[in-house]
Order: sequence, then C-alpha cells, then structure tokens
Amino acid sequence: MQLRKVTAASAAVLALAVAATACGSSDKNDSGSSGGGGKIKVGIKFDQPGIGLKEPSGSFSGFDVDVATYVAGKLGYKPGQIEWVETKSADRENALARGDVKFIAASYSINDERKQKVDFAGPYLLAHQDLLVKKDSDISKATDLNGKKLCSVTGSTSAQNVQKTIAPKANLKEYSGYSECIAALQSGAVDAVTTDDSILAGFASQDKYKGQFKLAGLKLSNENYGVGVKKGDSATLKKINDALTTMVSDGSWQKAVDKNFGPAGYKNEPAPKIGQIVK
Amino acid sequence: MSSVLYDTPGPGARKRNALLSVVFVVLIALVVWFVWQKMDDKGQLKWSLWQPFTTSEAWTTYLLPGLGNTLKAAALSMVIALPLGAVFGIARMSDHRWVRIPAGVVVEFFRSIPVLLLMLFANEFYARSTGVTSEDRPLYAVVTGLVLYNASVLAEVVRAGILALPRGQTEAAYAIGLRKGQTMTSILLPQAVTAMLPAIVSQLVVIVKDTALGGVMIGYTELLNTRSTLAANYANVIQSFVVVAIIFIVVNFVLTSFASWLERRLRRSKRSTGAVLGAEDMEELNPAAVGGTFGSGASDTI
Amino acid sequence: MFDFLQGYDVLGAFWMTVKLTALSAVGSLVWGTLLAAMRVSPVPLMRGFGTVYVNIVRNIPLTVIILFTSLGLADIFGVTMGASDFKVQGFRLAVLGFVAYTAAFVCEAVRSGINTVPLGQAEAARAIGLTFGQTLRLVVLPQAFRAVIGPLANVLIALTKNTTVAAAIGVAEAAYLMKSMIENEAQTLLIGAVFALGFVVLTLPTGLILGWLGKRLAVKR
Repeated sequence: MQLRKVTAASAAVLALAVAATACGSSDKNDSGSSGGGGKIKVGIKFDQPGIGLKEPSGSFSGFDVDVATYVAGKLGYKPGQIEWVETKSADRENALARGDVKFIAASYSINDERKQKVDFAGPYLLAHQDLLVKKDSDISKATDLNGKKLCSVTGSTSAQNVQKTIAPKANLKEYSGYSECIAALQSGAVDAVTTDDSILAGFASQDKYKGQFKLAGLKLSNENYGVGVKKGDSATLKKINDALTTMVSDGSWQKAVDKNFGPAGYKNEPAPKIGQIVK
Repeated sequence: MSSVLYDTPGPGARKRNALLSVVFVVLIALVVWFVWQKMDDKGQLKWSLWQPFTTSEAWTTYLLPGLGNTLKAAALSMVIALPLGAVFGIARMSDHRWVRIPAGVVVEFFRSIPVLLLMLFANEFYARSTGVTSEDRPLYAVVTGLVLYNASVLAEVVRAGILALPRGQTEAAYAIGLRKGQTMTSILLPQAVTAMLPAIVSQLVVIVKDTALGGVMIGYTELLNTRSTLAANYANVIQSFVVVAIIFIVVNFVLTSFASWLERRLRRSKRSTGAVLGAEDMEELNPAAVGGTFGSGASDTI
Repeated sequence: MFDFLQGYDVLGAFWMTVKLTALSAVGSLVWGTLLAAMRVSPVPLMRGFGTVYVNIVRNIPLTVIILFTSLGLADIFGVTMGASDFKVQGFRLAVLGFVAYTAAFVCEAVRSGINTVPLGQAEAARAIGLTFGQTLRLVVLPQAFRAVIGPLANVLIALTKNTTVAAAIGVAEAAYLMKSMIENEAQTLLIGAVFALGFVVLTLPTGLILGWLGKRLAVKR
C-alpha cells in the first residue's frame, strides 16, 4: 500500500516534469526567420573552451564566439540579437544547406570536399595540429611519439594524420570528445593529446588545468579556419569577408586571440589574408 | 517467499544463505574500498571536481534543461510507440496476406537500421518536406527515429507474447462466439502484454536512454549532450558521467517501479516477479476487465 | 556518385562490427541466462544481486557504460585486459561493456520466457523429485527459450547496432569509419545511407532467420 502511494506520486511528478518542459519550450517559436531587425542564428561549438563554450551563466565565450559576434555586428545585429546554435561537426554542412543557421564559426577547417558543399569566408585563423603534453614531458618532436601513448578524437582529421603520416607507431587512444582525452592525459593514461593547437590552448588555459600542461609547438598540419555560409550566398560571404578584414585592421582580432588563447603560451600565427589558404 | 520452482528453505538452507550473504557483503566492501582508494590516488575525489554539482548554475544551465528534453522526447516516443507497436504486432499475424506482409516488411526494415541514422534521415526529411521550425525539428526527428525503431521492436515482443499463449485460449474465445477482433483485444492481447511486461518495460527504458543519440549528430540538447558542455566547463569528465548515470538510473527506476506496480495491479496477485506465472493463473482473471484497465492505462500513463 | 567510397575499408569495418557482435552475443547469452537463473533462485542473496544488477545496468545509457570501461576501468583502475596496445585493449573493453549491458536485457527476456511456462510444468518437475537446478535446466528453461526467440532476436539485432557505440572509445568498427568518412568527405547523408544499408544487410537476415526459428520451435499448447 505504502509502495503504491510512493510510485503513484513519483509517476505524477514525472508527468508534471514532462508537462512543464513541454509548456516551457512551446512559447519561443517567434524567432523563426533571420534577417532584418529580428534575430540571426549562428552555428558554433558549445563544448570547446577558448573556441566556443557555453558558460555556467548561460552566456557564450571563445574565439569563434568573438569572431561571430563581431561579424554579426557588421551584418547589423547587436549581440542580443544573436541566437547561438550548437552545430556538431557531422551536421555543419547540412545545417547550412537547410538554412538553420546564417553562418557557422565552429573550428571549421577549409578543405576541398567541404568547399563543394558550402562557401567559406576567411580564413580567419591559421591553426596547426599540435601536441598537448604534461609540463614536465620530454616529447618535443613528432618522432618522439612512436611508442608513446597518444589520444585524439574518433574519426578526426588529427587522429587520421597520426595514423597515416605523423607517427604510425604511436599507440593511439581515441575518445568521442576532447574533454575525455584531456582527462586521460591528466590521469597519466596517455602521454600526449593531439589536435589543433587552438583547441588545445583553449583547454590548457582553463582554470582547472592552468599550469599543468604545455603545447609542444609542432606545426604538424595547417588548418585554415573559415566561416561557413550557405553555398551560393555570395552577398553574405562578401559582407563577412569585409567584416573579417576590418576585425584584423582595427585590432579586435588580436584582442580576441590574446583573450582566449593567451594563458597557455600559445604563439598565434599572424592574421591570415582573406582567401589565402595555407596548404 | 514461495515459488513453484523450489521448496521453502529449511533451517540448513537458511543458515547457508546467511553465510553466503556475509561473504558477499565483505566482498562488496572490499571492492568499494579498492575503488575509493584508486579514485583517491588519481585525484578524482577532489572536492573541486564534485563541487560544481552543488551550484545551482550547473543544474539550471546544463543538467535540468537536458533532462527536460530527454524526458520530453522519451514520453512522446512511448505514447506513440506503444499503441503503434501493438498494431504492427497484431497486423503481422493477420489472416490477410496484404496486411501481414507489409507489416512484416515495415517491422523488419526499421528495426535493422541504427536509430542514430534514422534520426539523421528524419531530420533531413522534416527539413525538406515540412514547415517544422529549426528549433523544433531535432525533437521531431528524435521522436520519429525512436518511434519507428521501438514500435518495430515492441511489435515483435507483442507477437511473441501472443504466440506463446495456449491455443485453447483462442479456441475457447471462438467457441463462446467472439469475433477475431474481439478475441485479439479482449482475450489474447491482455494476456500477452501481461506475460511480456518485463520485456516491454526494458524497451521503454531503452527509449529513455536512446534519446541520447539525438545529441550525437542532429544537435538535440538532451542530457548526455549537455553533460559534455558541462564537463568542458568544469573539467570534470568522470564526475559528470557519474552524476548523469545516477540521474538516468533514478529516472528509469521510477519508470520501472511504476511499470511493476502496474504489473502487480494487472495480475491482482501477490506473487513476486520471480514466481512462474503460468497461463492457468491468468485464466482466473477477468480478461475483459484486464483489457479495459490496460488498454487505457498503459498507453496513457507510461 | 559513390566515388567517396574509394580508399576506405568499409568491409573491414563491418567485419569488426561482426566480431564485436559475435563475441558479445555469446558472452551476454551466458551471463544473461545466469542472471535470470539468479533472479528466480532460492537464495535471497542471488535474487537480490540479480535484481540490483539488472536495474542498475539496464538503466544507464550504453555510451556511458562503454566510456566507463575505458575512462574508468582502464585509465583509472588500470584494467588493461592483458593488452597494452590501445586498439586491442579498446576492443576487449568494448566486448566487456557490451556483455555487461546486453546481459541485463537477455536476463529480462529469459525471465519473460519463464513467465510463459505453465505452472503445472514446474510443479510436475518437482513432483518427480527434480531439484531447483534440474527443474530450471531440464524443464523450464528449454521451454522458456523457445518462447522468447523473438525477443532474443530483438536483443541480438539491438546489440549489432549498439556496437556502433564502441567508436566512442576508438574501436575501428563501422561507425568509426563512418565518422572518419564524414569528417573527410562532407557527405553526411550519403555516407549515412551506405552504412544504414550495411546494417540492414547484417541484421535483416538475423531477424528473418530467428523469426522463422521462433515460429518453428514455439511450444504448441
């Protein structure tokens, strides 16, 4: 009898919770179209410190966020009018094609396959594949990696590079996210984490990790970060390119780099020229 | 505790059981101690890694919205998948070839495609051929993927339950003049659903957990997805997984407890779940009444 | 149109999926049946263990369990499964995770099957002097299994598709290759369709054969 009451009550609570969330979300459908005085939807990453991160306060931070805010400002949208949308790596091309977002700034490297699907403004940052190691580590060049334990993200370009060219003999562990790799590095399960230096610098600059890790400073590849826009949307593409040019010339670009990547000893490349892709 | 499978334990057996329990408790304690030590060694027990879960922001920004979306998608999927599964299960046993075969094709097809990909395709389908806004689309896609897959699985469960019933049930139903549809809805289905309830509950739990696939590709902000955002902020991967696992256990425990309460109510019997409950037992129940309570009860509330 | 497939070992990836599935299926069938036996056994402790195990394990998302095997078991507790190479270690950890998880579902399916065996069968078995083990092994389980071939086929099919989660800890199976291809080729939908087809080819025969077997072997009452 007692149990019966308890389960019935918990079922009621569950039902209430469902009803509450259902109500809560049904009243924000007014932000459908972009452009004009309304809102603009921008695709970013939510879980990459220094690049694009949803903070506990609900606000967003990171280099991509700063770039996107600046660009949106030049397109005529105040920061309050930007609606941030999480675009997972696998969904970036489709999200643009469907028009879910106006543009994407989400550590989005320009390559030939992607260029067939979307148009890229920029590049706005030249990143390199690099290693993050513990502060006292003696790994200093790519060949040191053979026989060492290395971590990267499943299916990522960095992981593929390691297996094909950089260090085929390295013992490669793969996780679905960078956070997991960093945790493995911290617990000593792996000797190094590899991906773009910008992403690594973002993690290493976090308060919780400050002073524990360092970047090896190897330039293992060139990753040209671009702003993705819908294929054929040349008007927006041009506006974004102009915005990126001003961002560099008025100093906001350097400010954003220092703010987001500074603490990890990350030496950034000079701002790339629009349309100039470093292979 | 009595069961038809064994005698009530005597004094010897009771003593042996008590001894086994003591040994087992000691073993568990040792394992817990080992886990604790290792976690401590690796610095995983540091308060700063767990402290974020005591702040309200961790819950209001990440966990609760994620949990809300998980529950919303799961509840919608269950409400749609349960009746749909029953319909397909019955259709697959139809006497008419033109009902049986298409139902079979649908069931076999949708349960063989990974749910993640079903969601991906559903998302694209809604984008191309409907006017669903891009805010709502992930939810639609997640629910569609979950319904297509789970209705197919539930159809198989229901069918297996009906096939396992004694033939006499159908014959007796025909003998007292019930039509095919009446036999199915008031004699066979209630018994099959009752017998297969553990498997059905398992599937409902699967629905709750599979909502997590919505966060992998199509950006549905469910609990596991918001967890990765949270862990990126607080740098506490292991701790966040532990907390999210506990949340899932609690949610699903509530769900399974509710289902087993329902199971007991349906059976109107004090036997534990471990007892063998044969078809003979169920004949004691009034099938029509059971059909009535279940037909409306289960699909409305779960 | 399908030139994006060039240079990728799709068959090799699916072969890994098959290996993962086969090993995990055998393991979880054994462990799951044992769990089901525990849940109906005369020893209260075993019943308790079986119940707690099933209720905890099946309530956790598989992704979390698989990640725990690697992040927790391997990285923190040093359970390397006798392999220092991460590829081998990941495979073994994944199988361990799949067995632990799928067994909970096998257990529930078998228990459902036990529910379909008429009371008289067990009573008759005990009347002729069989012990609990014998009753279960010789009388109840054989009938129970025949009743739940359908649900078990569901579990097997689910397992086949669940092996895609192993990509989360770097096992090079189908989903892993799919992720790499999507990253390189920017063709999410087309690649998704190819892999969906691969899974249909793998699991459709399983469903059909076991469905036919279930009908053939069903206990006629």
